[in-house]
Amino acid sequence: MPSPFEYAPAPESRSIVDIRPSYGLFVNGEFVDGHGTSFKTISPATEEVLAEIAAADDADVDAAVRAARKAYDKVWSRMPGRERAKYLYRIARIIQERSRELAVLESIDNGKPIKESRDVDVPTVAAHFFYYAGWADKLGYAGFGADPQPLGVAGQVIPWNFPLLMLAWKIAPALACGNTVVLKPAETTPLTALLFAEICQQADLPPGVVNIITGAGDTGQALVAHPGIDKVAFTGSTEVGKAIARSVAGTDKRVTLELGGKAANIVFDDAPVDQAVEGIVDGIFFNQGHVCCAGSRLLVQESIADELLARLKRRMSTLRMGDPLDKNTDIGAINSGEQLARIRELSEVGDAEGAERWEVACDLPTKGFWFPPTLFTGVTQAHRIAREEVFGPVLSVLTFRTPAEAVEKANNTPYGLSAGVWTDKGSLILSMASKLRAGVVWANTFNKFDPTSPFGGYKESGYGREGGRHGLEAYIR
Amino acid sequence: MSRIDVRKTYKLYIGGAFPRSESGYSYEVTDSKGAFVANAALASRKDARDAVVAARKAFGGWSGRTAYNRAQILYRIAEVMEDRRPQFVQAVAQSEGLTASKADQAVDAAIDRLVWYAGWADKITQVVGNANPVAGPFFNLSTPEPTGVVAVLAPQGSSLLGLVSVVAPVVVTGNTVVVVSSYDRPLPAVTFAEVLATSDVPGGVVNLLTGSAATIGPWLASHMDVNAIDLTGIAGDPALATDLEVAAADNLKRVRRAPAAEPDWTLDPGTEPMTAFLETKTVWHPIGV
Repeated sequence: MPSPFEYAPAPESRSIVDIRPSYGLFVNGEFVDGHGTSFKTISPATEEVLAEIAAADDADVDAAVRAARKAYDKVWSRMPGRERAKYLYRIARIIQERSRELAVLESIDNGKPIKESRDVDVPTVAAHFFYYAGWADKLGYAGFGADPQPLGVAGQVIPWNFPLLMLAWKIAPALACGNTVVLKPAETTPLTALLFAEICQQADLPPGVVNIITGAGDTGQALVAHPGIDKVAFTGSTEVGKAIARSVAGTDKRVTLELGGKAANIVFDDAPVDQAVEGIVDGIFFNQGHVCCAGSRLLVQESIADELLARLKRRMSTLRMGDPLDKNTDIGAINSGEQLARIRELSEVGDAEGAERWEVACDLPTKGFWFPPTLFTGVTQAHRIAREEVFGPVLSVLTFRTPAEAVEKANNTPYGLSAGVWTDKGSLILSMASKLRAGVVWANTFNKFDPTSPFGGYKESGYGREGGRHGLEAYIR
Repeated sequence: MSRIDVRKTYKLYIGGAFPRSESGYSYEVTDSKGAFVANAALASRKDARDAVVAARKAFGGWSGRTAYNRAQILYRIAEVMEDRRPQFVQAVAQSEGLTASKADQAVDAAIDRLVWYAGWADKITQVVGNANPVAGPFFNLSTPEPTGVVAVLAPQGSSLLGLVSVVAPVVVTGNTVVVVSSYDRPLPAVTFAEVLATSDVPGGVVNLLTGSAATIGPWLASHMDVNAIDLTGIAGDPALATDLEVAAADNLKRVRRAPAAEPDWTLDPGTEPMTAFLETKTVWHPIGV
């Protein structure tokens, strides 16, 4: 029987966005040609080519670093903090003014649902600039010495899962502290970073303070290895993070790394079940599971496992998947064919290793990259889907009997980015929170972010914190 | 006829016990003028691995103690050192070739530094942690936690003050330590370990290896169950420091880089020696639902 509550399509208009046929690099306040092999960025929901993007070669990277150095020496490091602050406030305001345009462009280039880019990503981006703007003239009160100094030029490399938000996490604190930056967005999601470059122009930000260079991994490598940078900030895979840690060995470069995760979301038998189900769904299916802190391992207390899973499956079946620009869409497209292949491969390993797959029955669009919300039961700690980061909408379900067993299983990973705890017992929350080796613990909630709240991992999830007062430490000496 | 003195065997300190090196090796330790003083145990790779196991085993208990209790224990170390002051002055003078008054000052500074760090145990959380005013109905708190097992290459020059200055800030916050002493000047370190053994410091919290930082360092830097490494002891050897930093990347150890030259240990250390081996944990909870 068809549901009485059918949804009519409610697509957001994309006419607000003007995508140019091609984009150059943003160096020293201007768009310039790149000298590497240019590449195309596509819409992952339709595989439509959106634009031709310049790639920066070594000489382009060098030019960008020089521009940043000059801006640092001549302008930005000499500018009083209260004046730097005003530029950041301007940027925050322009992001708010152009928020719909940014949200639509982000959804087109990344594949994430418009309700998420509109209600989560872009507002948090503006808030992040607003928050760090206010620090620019108060750094002496931040607890890092009476007169903290900027580091110099920061080389920043960001991933494709939250393109604009990761840009904000990198650029806002760097600029507030008096550094200049060269930032490389991910190859598959360059467009909002390039629109941000236009925002810097509108804000009359002095040339060279922000430089955006596009390209693939070799461009990022050239940036990180450039002797003219003083600081590396990277968000991405643990594998690349380790390569960066090796490449900066023996230098004076400061480094912060925000890497992978395999978070445990732990549900006790006294948890508020409906809220927990919402939290589990939000934890793993938010942003198609392309979240480093995703709650990808559900640890559920044995006595309530059957009931919880039944409710979870029912809730998953109501998730709407499809056009990222449709305002009713909950689950958008997988960001790239490469990532889709990775998700499929690890899911097949899950089948082969004996876990039981359950997925939402839904029609997948014929074009684009799609993977339905999926969960695996009968997962053991030895299974690869319990150990490796899938970075997709795939949940591994394990059970436990005692809090000690939950802690043991949750911590049995080289990662340590985040964790979730669901129980009505306050003392249990506090004891779990103190025993979980993870940088962020969400209790009776999940996947919450705020500019004031430090974020970052233990162990192989990286080092350093982004956000909050703690986030300043990465950009001052 | 004068009495023949009873000499001490200088051993390693691992898991609260004083074993010889499992390798059976030792090396000659001389005073500052080159005269033989003793044979010290030459720690091997296996000793380093045993020490890491002991440190890991001790981590849960030590990090789980109250800050007040860790403060009491660090203060107790200072008390016991003060009690054995003449022995330390003699050992430091002999190792470093200092005059009695200079050795006096070094031991005073080492004891005072322990007292200073003891006081930090229950204050560092307040100084580096804070509540975060998030834009929503959530309680949100960031607090520091110890990184885990920390390998420390202690300075080569300052045999006691330098050693205390790199070990105390790591353990006071709840980390456990595997420390490699100065190669040429290991004896004050072994005596310090004997103080630790009688100061209510649980076994395994501090594990002391005597021997070569250049030999043992690579094993510790690449050990997958070590969470962080302090390279102070190889100051002035940038090639080795680079190698160890590369090895440390295998499990993304936190690295406190080697300085160009050994620091002046009499200066105020600030909080960085502690914060280098702390993680920030942020806990969220809804308000009102």
